[in-house]
Amino acid sequence: MSIKDKKYEARIQKHFGKYPDKRSAVMALLYIAQEEYGWVSPEAIQEVADLCEMDPTQVKSIAGFYTMYSEKPKGKYWLQVCTDLPCALKGADEFHKELKAYLGVEEGGTTDDGLFTVEHVMCLAACDKAPMLQCNFHYMENLDMEKMKAFVEEKRAELEQQTSKK
Amino acid sequence: MSLYNDLRTSAELQREQEDGHRHCLRICRAAGCLSQHNDSITRALQDQVHGQGLENEVQVKGVGCMGLCAAGPLVSVSTHEGESVLYQHVSEADAPEIVAALDSEPVTRLQLDTSTPFFTRQYKIVLENSGIIDPDNIEEYVAADGYRALNTVLSEMTPADVIREVTISGLRGRGGGGYSTGLKWSTVAKAAGDLKYVICNADEGDPGAFMDRSVLESDPHRVLEGMAIAGYAIGAQKGFIYIRAEYPLAVERLKTAIRAAEKKNLLGDNILDTEFDFDIEIRLGAGAFVCGEETALMASIEGKRGQPRPRPPYPADYGLWGKPTLVNNVETYANITPIIRNGGEWFADIGTDNSKGTKVFALAGQIRNTGLIEVPMGITLREIIYDIGGGTPQGTALKAIQSGGPSGGCIPVEHIDSPVDYESLTRLGSFMGSGGMIVIDETADMVEIAKYFMEFCMTESCGKCIPCRVGTAHMYRLLDKIVRGQAAQSDLDLLEELCDLTRNTSLCGLGQASPNAVISTLRYFRHEYTARLIPEFAEEGER
Ligand SMILES: Cc1cc2nc3c(=O)[nH]c(=O)nc-3n(C[C@H](O)[C@H](O)[C@H](O)COP(=O)(O)O)c2cc1C
Ligand code: FES
Repeated sequence: MSIKDKKYEARIQKHFGKYPDKRSAVMALLYIAQEEYGWVSPEAIQEVADLCEMDPTQVKSIAGFYTMYSEKPKGKYWLQVCTDLPCALKGADEFHKELKAYLGVEEGGTTDDGLFTVEHVMCLAACDKAPMLQCNFHYMENLDMEKMKAFVEEKRAELEQQTSKK
Repeated sequence: MSLYNDLRTSAELQREQEDGHRHCLRICRAAGCLSQHNDSITRALQDQVHGQGLENEVQVKGVGCMGLCAAGPLVSVSTHEGESVLYQHVSEADAPEIVAALDSEPVTRLQLDTSTPFFTRQYKIVLENSGIIDPDNIEEYVAADGYRALNTVLSEMTPADVIREVTISGLRGRGGGGYSTGLKWSTVAKAAGDLKYVICNADEGDPGAFMDRSVLESDPHRVLEGMAIAGYAIGAQKGFIYIRAEYPLAVERLKTAIRAAEKKNLLGDNILDTEFDFDIEIRLGAGAFVCGEETALMASIEGKRGQPRPRPPYPADYGLWGKPTLVNNVETYANITPIIRNGGEWFADIGTDNSKGTKVFALAGQIRNTGLIEVPMGITLREIIYDIGGGTPQGTALKAIQSGGPSGGCIPVEHIDSPVDYESLTRLGSFMGSGGMIVIDETADMVEIAKYFMEFCMTESCGKCIPCRVGTAHMYRLLDKIVRGQAAQSDLDLLEELCDLTRNTSLCGLGQASPNAVISTLRYFRHEYTARLIPEFAEEGER
């Protein structure tokens, strides 16, 4: 596991090509590292720092500043529920609470089976389709708990199938 | 300029082939409607068309947002003669009926009435192609007059001519501040140095705002063309689009559009066989609202924490990597092409004295027709909320309209007949902002609303300057105390002092504007605050 692997080389070089200095590619490389490791682990930080010729503490400070970089491992499905005002006016707070209760997790927590992480976020520009969330960057809109229960069950069944196959 | 003409001819050829079809079925492919299984509806319609051997008669295509997302998924059916029918809440199961009805009466069960003010009161400039062309198909954009403005600019106009036209139009920045676009362009054009940059700010993050996302998903080439024209006008060879990572579909469409434009020599070196070179790169944000502020945005592109710095120096003099930089909003660039095509005077005729053209608004909250609209500046709030928006969904009484995002304020229903332009909204204690409008009905608690916005500002404060970081947190705690019914008059006094202090001493617009929701709700709904205060001594007793 490393973003210094051959498979990432072309992508990384492309990002470096966009800017006059290497440091400017740090955010793009952090995304690649997150893709590889599932989160920005200490190894990820070190590798990005090496590639961008930066100090690891600087890279860590950047990763910490932006909310899209995850500083701990996440579930397979990252559910980011919008609870910003327009969504809240349409019941998003209640929805967020019920979803956490249903999955038995706290804010930012991950289910024991490692499948779901629930987090609340600010406006995702789909306010007319509230309650809504992004699951690994895909929009899921006009939601209610019934739809979410069906979704959760579906993903759990998939996991079960996969493990029984092995 | 044979190159553009060739391009145009081939695009028109394609259009003619399409016109050979007797009918065109358009399905919305914006993210909003996509998540409602539009792909399966598209497939169902295609299956029907193929099943009946109608491939040469009926074209099925995906297009960008048609506006009325609340009625989605939407399918529009147009005939060769230009008549069209709009179907709402379409599902896969409706496909046979829709295709069968092509040569007879429309399916009334699904038909959406397009003679309502929602459709007739709008004026589409920025959204002229949205819902009509396929955003992934450059030929369709070209056939709709796309890149003609770029061709005109490169072949017939000097940079100064371009800036003059933009100045005459009276266009003001659509990202919130409302600064004159012509003036900004001429400042960057005059700045010393050979290396300059163009930035498109697509970091849209105001709660309730989804205009830029929709424009990028529905008509990405329009933004690229606007940026290239800006590049020519100010003397830049490179542009960046700073876009939220939370907009994956818009990013994909932009990537496709950039690749297609490069292939056709509309971006890259020697554009349309002229001396002009211009490249555009996409840069993803990573979930920090403050990066929408221009100096924070540039810090972020440079690979730093996205924190604002004091201005001056302005980006026009000292921008990206220290070079003169033009920063404009998505919608600002989207207005450039029509201004060049039709002339600045044409644009200046639309709207009011100081607010020219149209504005795209996103309607959200307690309103029937949630979605995107584009209206001439100067239209009244009443027309937007009632005629176009259809009023509140359950017929509850309207209480206020929040505009301008976290920097904006709440306008009470008494002012519903005010015109919507930069100055009028500011006078009412709100703000044009980027174009989000959140409709609030009688069931809402205005102190709670103020608390929401304060929570937003507190969470999104970058932490660099103390007044913003500490001020927002302190104001949030006081608002929470008032909401819980545990605050006294002295707390309210302190809240008002903090509003002043934070407004006057914060480094950037985020902090300076953070008290606005409190100030405007206090101005119009003070009784909702005072009604829940407790007497001073009782507070002491509780402790
Ligand atoms: C906290 C904060 C957030 C901002 N967010 C955005 C944004 O998301 N999009 C935008 O275009 N401008 C935003 N702005 C305004 C920009 O700083 C800048 O004025 C604008 O991009 C200039 O473009 P315009 O002249 O075309 O409006 C924001 C400003 C502040 C203070
Ligand atoms: S407020 Fe939730 S998507 Fe905009």
